[in-house]
Amino acid sequence: MIGSHYPILQVVIPLMAAPLCSLLPRTKLPWLFATTVSWIAFVISIMLMLKVNTNGALIYELGSWPAPWGIQYHIDAISAFVLVVVTTVASITLLASRQLVENEITATKHSLFYTAFLLCLTGLLGIIATGDAFNVFVFLEISSLSSYAMIAMGDNRKALTASYEYLIMGTIGATFILIGIGLLYMQTGTLNMLDLQVRIHEIDGFRSVHAAFAFFTVGICLKLALFPLHQWLPNAYAYAPSVVSIFLAATATKVALYLLYRVFYTIFGFDFSFDVLNLGYILLPLSVIAIVISSFTAIFQPGVKRLLAYSSLAQIGYMTLGIALGTQAGLIASIIHLFNHAFIKGALFMCMACLLTYTHSTRLVDLAGAGKTMPWTCAAFVVGGLALIGMPLTSGFISKWYLILAILEKDWWWLAAIVLFTSLLSVIYVWRVVEQLYFRRPRPECSYAKEAPPLLLACTWLMILITVYFGIDSSYPIQMATSAAEVLLR
Amino acid sequence: MIELIANQYSYWISILLMMAGLYIVIDHTNLLKKLIGLNIFQTSVFILFISMGKIDGGTAPIIEEGYKVFSNPLPHVLILTAIVVSVATTAVGLALVVNINKRFQSIDEQEIEEIELEEE
Repeated sequence: MIGSHYPILQVVIPLMAAPLCSLLPRTKLPWLFATTVSWIAFVISIMLMLKVNTNGALIYELGSWPAPWGIQYHIDAISAFVLVVVTTVASITLLASRQLVENEITATKHSLFYTAFLLCLTGLLGIIATGDAFNVFVFLEISSLSSYAMIAMGDNRKALTASYEYLIMGTIGATFILIGIGLLYMQTGTLNMLDLQVRIHEIDGFRSVHAAFAFFTVGICLKLALFPLHQWLPNAYAYAPSVVSIFLAATATKVALYLLYRVFYTIFGFDFSFDVLNLGYILLPLSVIAIVISSFTAIFQPGVKRLLAYSSLAQIGYMTLGIALGTQAGLIASIIHLFNHAFIKGALFMCMACLLTYTHSTRLVDLAGAGKTMPWTCAAFVVGGLALIGMPLTSGFISKWYLILAILEKDWWWLAAIVLFTSLLSVIYVWRVVEQLYFRRPRPECSYAKEAPPLLLACTWLMILITVYFGIDSSYPIQMATSAAEVLLR
Repeated sequence: MIELIANQYSYWISILLMMAGLYIVIDHTNLLKKLIGLNIFQTSVFILFISMGKIDGGTAPIIEEGYKVFSNPLPHVLILTAIVVSVATTAVGLALVVNINKRFQSIDEQEIEEIELEEE
């Protein structure tokens, strides 16, 4: 039965497809191939989610070697949910990518670009699917290395320095995670996550386990770009080719966040993370600072892509804030925001990609008056911006609502006030863009701008419709997040 | 104290290398030297892994008469993978430095920063 092999097929199909893609000729073929592969991955992730919802967690043993000797793939409610998010974003992005890649990347490198994209997808899916700590490190590096390469393909030469900076920070982060894995292996003699969970409880109190926890947390937070480890992110997102910005903004940090859930809740367990080590004390102030400072910085950015990148940093702060509350409601809020923000930020970066096709610049002043020449794109940006702020009828409202409910459950009024205040800051930075789009006279050289290519525009609106749909009928993400939180806190 | 250092000298070496590597990454402005520092940092972690698998007098895990103390081969295998990852990282890093040199005519972080500031 092929159905029993879905967990491994999810990762292996894009992995095998990647080298094949590099052999394809310089035509539309690499795009068609990569898109097909990502849609296959999407279908598999849906199948996995349906299976997990009916039968509970799936365990797949590679080569039938039983755990803890063999590597185990372990798909439960949270992994199935994040897999769906990543594959959905990847397939929509790839579908939209043809025009963008043609515009921004040299023709000889197209097939290599799609190869890197598929490898990055493989890495992200692998991190989510695997139940083995060392496997996580390998997949993390697969996804990171391919994203360094993709970011460096950006037009501007600053893309190179941004990519280099990301490489240094990312490698330090990954090596920290490796140290954490090593220390845990020293104490427990196992790499299997479920096995680790059992054994860490038995040997509670060892200093090296605490050190391992610290290394894991710092390493993942580097990848997650949590304040104050975020310096690499704005430039990497701003100077990468637009396809890469869309994909990384929507998925890479989300997968790092997933890894944080895995480490805090599955490997070390809730009691150890929150009662023994009091994780909340460090995570809460960092999240709040991330939200406030990034929102303020976003307001003063001259380029829209950088503005969106800083807004991403603030949104990451909301997600870790949910974790820092240390309650089930907080965790659910964090997972819901992970889901919603993936589509909101994906959609907004796609709008930027649409604008870029004619204005050839994402600086705020160069976008003046685009509302007249590119009405559909700008309308999409407005809806996406409203979702980012958290207006009712968009999915952003649902995540803010759950976050504030979770905060009020703890009676922390001041924190709820901060969340509301920073939402107001996001009104300001979204408004700055909207003002340029609709209330300024267009630059003469842009008055001939036409609407973005139809396929790209359709994909943008697909993303927007997803955010609006889940803002009106949020039962699916809420139900999935609730069962995911139950699995994590068990 | 001396005993503590002498008995666990492999850990001290890896700590020393780790700090030296991280310091080079942070302190140097030359992009190539940063990569070298990164490599030293990664190597220190490899030594940490390898030394924890080794036992005095331990042999390869052979189930036969006469073999009683085994070294754990798994950390060695893991590090083989990690070395490949580190080589790949260095390759990508060097490729980036070559391209940076082509387009900025410099591999010094401060000079590049100045050039970038002038552009804005």
